[in-house]
Amino acid sequence: MKILAMDTSNQAMSVAVMADGQLLAASTINHKKTHSEQLLPTIDRLMTVSGLTPAKLDRVVVADGPGSYTGVRIAVTTAKTLADTLSLELVGVSSLAALAAGAVGTTNLIVPIMDARRQNVFAGVYQWLDGELINVVEDRHLALTQLLGELKLLRQPSTFVGSDVAKFTESIKATLGASAHFVDALANLPQAGRLALLGAQRTPVDVTTFVPRYLRLTEAETNWLKTHDDKGHAPYVQKV
Amino acid sequence: MTKRELILAFESSCDETSVAVIEDGTKILSNIIATQINSHKRFGGVVPEVASRHHVEQITDCIDLALNEANVNYSDLTAVAVTYGPGLVGSLLIGVTAAKTVAYAHQLPLIPVNHMAGHIYAARFVKPLQYPLLALMVSGGHTELVTLTAPGEFHIIGETRDDAAGEAYDKIGRVLGITYPAGKEVDRLAHLGHDTFHFPRAMDGEDNLDFSFSGLKSAFINTVHHADQIGEQLSREDLAASFQAAVVDVLVDKTVQALHQHPVDQLVVAGGVAANQGLREAMTARLAEEFPNIDVIIPPVRLTGDNAAMIGAAAHIELAKHHFADETLNAVPNLNFQHA
Ligand SMILES: [Zn+2]
Repeated sequence: MKILAMDTSNQAMSVAVMADGQLLAASTINHKKTHSEQLLPTIDRLMTVSGLTPAKLDRVVVADGPGSYTGVRIAVTTAKTLADTLSLELVGVSSLAALAAGAVGTTNLIVPIMDARRQNVFAGVYQWLDGELINVVEDRHLALTQLLGELKLLRQPSTFVGSDVAKFTESIKATLGASAHFVDALANLPQAGRLALLGAQRTPVDVTTFVPRYLRLTEAETNWLKTHDDKGHAPYVQKV
Repeated sequence: MTKRELILAFESSCDETSVAVIEDGTKILSNIIATQINSHKRFGGVVPEVASRHHVEQITDCIDLALNEANVNYSDLTAVAVTYGPGLVGSLLIGVTAAKTVAYAHQLPLIPVNHMAGHIYAARFVKPLQYPLLALMVSGGHTELVTLTAPGEFHIIGETRDDAAGEAYDKIGRVLGITYPAGKEVDRLAHLGHDTFHFPRAMDGEDNLDFSFSGLKSAFINTVHHADQIGEQLSREDLAASFQAAVVDVLVDKTVQALHQHPVDQLVVAGGVAANQGLREAMTARLAEEFPNIDVIIPPVRLTGDNAAMIGAAAHIELAKHHFADETLNAVPNLNFQHA
């Protein structure tokens, strides 16, 4: 199976091409430049060096969030359109799972974290079990203090991953002490090759209805729901 | 048999996701429009993050519907076109990203289109255009007088210094308790009332082609608030008629002033506000009187709002000039025409 995998959920952009579980080409760029400008040129280049045309692909795997809303939408729109226009299989994988998959060779709980501002994070809890990455606690948007409190109750060594972890190291160590572990700068970046491996096993989704997992309503919707009932307002979008 | 020129066009600059298939820049084979009005009504205006989310939900469905309705395959296409500005950056990015992806997947040339050029070229679906021509571009985001010296050559000769005309409609609509977007209902009320308040016609009669609508908006709001304070009930019909008369007077006067300075054979009224009946009636009546030889083109209502067909019409001009973009194409939210 030939897979194109992509992740633009945060500052780093990672793209990989794999065939039958073997990596053909990969690129991870962590230099600040817009994903919109560099995602498709990178895909084009990696496909070319892999000796493939887009129509030869079987499956597109995309990190579908959480993360930067605009960033997630760039990869999701690219993946969704590519799958639609060439009738390829489409698989969405949590951007947090993709990060967790970088922490190989540990039996610890793996805790991928993304900064969601105001001392909130996007985070999940994962663990390797017989070579398979298991989602132990679902991905959520929550206060850092709540996450750390819950982890403390689990009483297991925890490995934190993600380039935002550095912002929270002090709080993490203060709550979890020696049971908190960290990885190096490279393992903190998403690697699309790992994403492709995760996505190779999943059941494809329906392309038309596929949307990012934002894990958070917009502020406007949250405020509106305080005084309104959602019922009776749909459909919000209509073909005219 | 020569091959048909078929452009798959994308538009997602604000709160409409639209994909169209256009033949030879003049024939609409399909024009799918997914409007988010019902969603943004909840908030009294377009919320950019909500708009971006809806575009992702809709984009591939619109592509599939557009190709199906046009009865066209990817292999039939000549090029892909997309609005890359001006507009909301998050919204623009969905159309730009999808269009680039389709162009890459099928090795098609990619044509970047200015959204305002699209609005003006909607007139091409009515009849062939003759250059030089003048366009009055009025929408929720724009109020501009634009000359076209040749196909695809745009020059701004006048523009609003503050609010766009459509924006003013939405703001005074809120004061009248009309849900977003207010244009249609204000237009309807205006036809039932009379201009009794004589609101100011800002910049009218000045020696320039610019507009200003914020003073009118303030005068309107002050009038309503003052009446509220003294417990007086004002006629909503007369308020709407007075507001609309002030907007339409300025738009028509400035257009006539521009026509005196820039002799042309055709005038195009473009943009969402071109759907306004009051403006259509006043413009055609005044032109018939003062410039009987000028041909006024006002596209049908379905084509004055945001839609991808108009982007395909403008792209036809750019295709002839080989104005293509590569895979690095990005959204340009503040894209503009050159000033004359
Ligand atoms: Zn528009």
